[in-house]
Amino acid sequence: MNNKTINHAAWIFVLPVVALVAFNAIIPLMTVVNYSVQETFGDNTFFWAGVIWFEEVLHSSRFHDALLRQLAFTFTILAIEVPLGVAIALAMPRKGAWVSVCLVTMALPLLIPWNVVGAMWNIFALPDIGLLGRGLNALGFDYNFTRQPGDAWFTLILMDVWHWTSLVVLLAYAGLVSIPDAYYQAAKIDGAGSFAIFRFIQLPKLKRVLTIAVLLRFMDSFMIYTEPFVLTGGGPGNSTTLLSIDLVKIALGQFDLGPAAAMSLIYFLIILLLSWVFYTLMMRSEAQ
Amino acid sequence: MAKITLENLGHSYMESPQSEADWALKKLNIDWEDGGAYALLGPSGCGKTTLLSIISGLLHPSAGRVLFDDKDVTDLPPDQRHIAQVFQFPVVYDTMTVYDNLAFPLRNRHVPEADVDKRVREIAEMIDLTDTLGSRAKGLTADGKQKISLGRGLVRSDVNVIMFDEPLTVIDPHLKWLLRSKLKELHQRVKTTMIYVTHDQTEALTFADKVVVMNLGEVVQIGTPVDLFERPQHTFVGHFIGSPGMNVLPCAVEDGKPHFAGTEIDTASDKNLNDIKGTLQIGVRPEFVQFADKGVPAKVVKVSDAGRFRIVETHADDTSIKLLVPEGQGIPADDAYLAFDRNHTQVYRDGWIVA
Repeated sequence: MNNKTINHAAWIFVLPVVALVAFNAIIPLMTVVNYSVQETFGDNTFFWAGVIWFEEVLHSSRFHDALLRQLAFTFTILAIEVPLGVAIALAMPRKGAWVSVCLVTMALPLLIPWNVVGAMWNIFALPDIGLLGRGLNALGFDYNFTRQPGDAWFTLILMDVWHWTSLVVLLAYAGLVSIPDAYYQAAKIDGAGSFAIFRFIQLPKLKRVLTIAVLLRFMDSFMIYTEPFVLTGGGPGNSTTLLSIDLVKIALGQFDLGPAAAMSLIYFLIILLLSWVFYTLMMRSEAQ
Repeated sequence: MAKITLENLGHSYMESPQSEADWALKKLNIDWEDGGAYALLGPSGCGKTTLLSIISGLLHPSAGRVLFDDKDVTDLPPDQRHIAQVFQFPVVYDTMTVYDNLAFPLRNRHVPEADVDKRVREIAEMIDLTDTLGSRAKGLTADGKQKISLGRGLVRSDVNVIMFDEPLTVIDPHLKWLLRSKLKELHQRVKTTMIYVTHDQTEALTFADKVVVMNLGEVVQIGTPVDLFERPQHTFVGHFIGSPGMNVLPCAVEDGKPHFAGTEIDTASDKNLNDIKGTLQIGVRPEFVQFADKGVPAKVVKVSDAGRFRIVETHADDTSIKLLVPEGQGIPADDAYLAFDRNHTQVYRDGWIVA
């Protein structure tokens, strides 16, 4: 049955979607492309600049530093949130009244607006009035996230873990409850211990949802802006200036449209590339 | 290897069962002899799987005891009971090879690797998996996976009983037959007690030496396939086993003899029915009803061809009676008389046979 009818009228039905995607993605993106190859001295007049902005960004140590900070941030939170999320999901009850209590509690941080999360943690961590800041100092730690870069990083990562581990928990939990009882029963009969059950039943069955979880957390954390902006504003100094914060500084602070546009495109391509690499690697090991 | 005894076993999924209907299993007393091939047969929801889970230790019974060779194991967890179970849907460890799957139960019990290897190869040979030992278990077909499940039970030398919970549900029809004969052959080879749960009578009757028929949480009859066919202890067994099932007719009593449609019926029992209280019925299988010159007057309503024989449905006194007529034998056009084979005609009181 290979005689498929080809009807070109079908293209008409695709047109609305093409128009929609054009308006909300392609056209805005093209304006960025437009800025990235031009120079302006105000008055809304533009001159052709070629690829000099791209060269500038790629060779700028400011961009390199921001990129390194971004990578460090993203991989740190992934290394914490994924194992922690799986561990919490494993510890949650599968049946009974506590299930909904746990699920709602877990979902709460995800419902809080991002700038509120930033403001909450800012106040919570202030060394003079915040519960966390004062508490740590009372315990003898010299903690001040507004002055010491290490403390700022600690607070930033703690905040992200608090905000987003729930997402991993919910995904992993959904994966866990979909494992049929027969697997656990068979493992019991085969004399498997709880580590063997995790290693040979739960982890393999979680692979798909964890792939999604890692991808989502990777993309989101790589683009994170609001929370660190409200919490530290990129400081102290430039110590917590992640890519997006730096981008906004260049585009709206210094109003360097050309370099900012070039940086956005590079930023976008890095996310695209890394996501593709992640996805391909995980799907390949799946296929084996 | 062990004899398994269920003593006054009962189970309810409710905290405090009130009425009879709250019990998923009602007071069971069964002895499973060592080395037997048993089938547990019954409609969905009759308590088969509950019973199986209690024997394997996945479920703790609300009442009664489970004994393995007269040792009380009611409180022991599954891994200490030395049992194996094959589930309805194949359970394999996806990330492992077939070899590692088969070795898994042994390695968990810290068996020396040399013995593991010997045993795994021996069992793989037995269940025709030698060629696939090195491949990932995930890629196998459903019947291959079910063989692995079975193999994980067979590798252990200390297994008391292997239980099958409707193991052929997801197997293609043409492979079902093959796997079933394989199982039978394996049973003769390893002589381990096997309990096979199913709602399919063909599977039960071909696999088992003895069939335990259950309905509504009760055991209705335990017997060989021939017993179940020729002498059903309960009208349910008559209905459930055989295709079409047993004819069950209302029974009137005159002079202590069973009557149907005004005709006296000769049955296997000579008991005087005058002393018996309760609802009486006559049961006779379609195989043991014939057209005759005299007997119960009936009208032919429907004839369906089933290959080597025809199933004829007749009406007698507003009751449907089915009978089997061999190929090539005539069927009366309209009015006819039916004769019942005396030795295979039984009287039932409230569903149970009158002996």
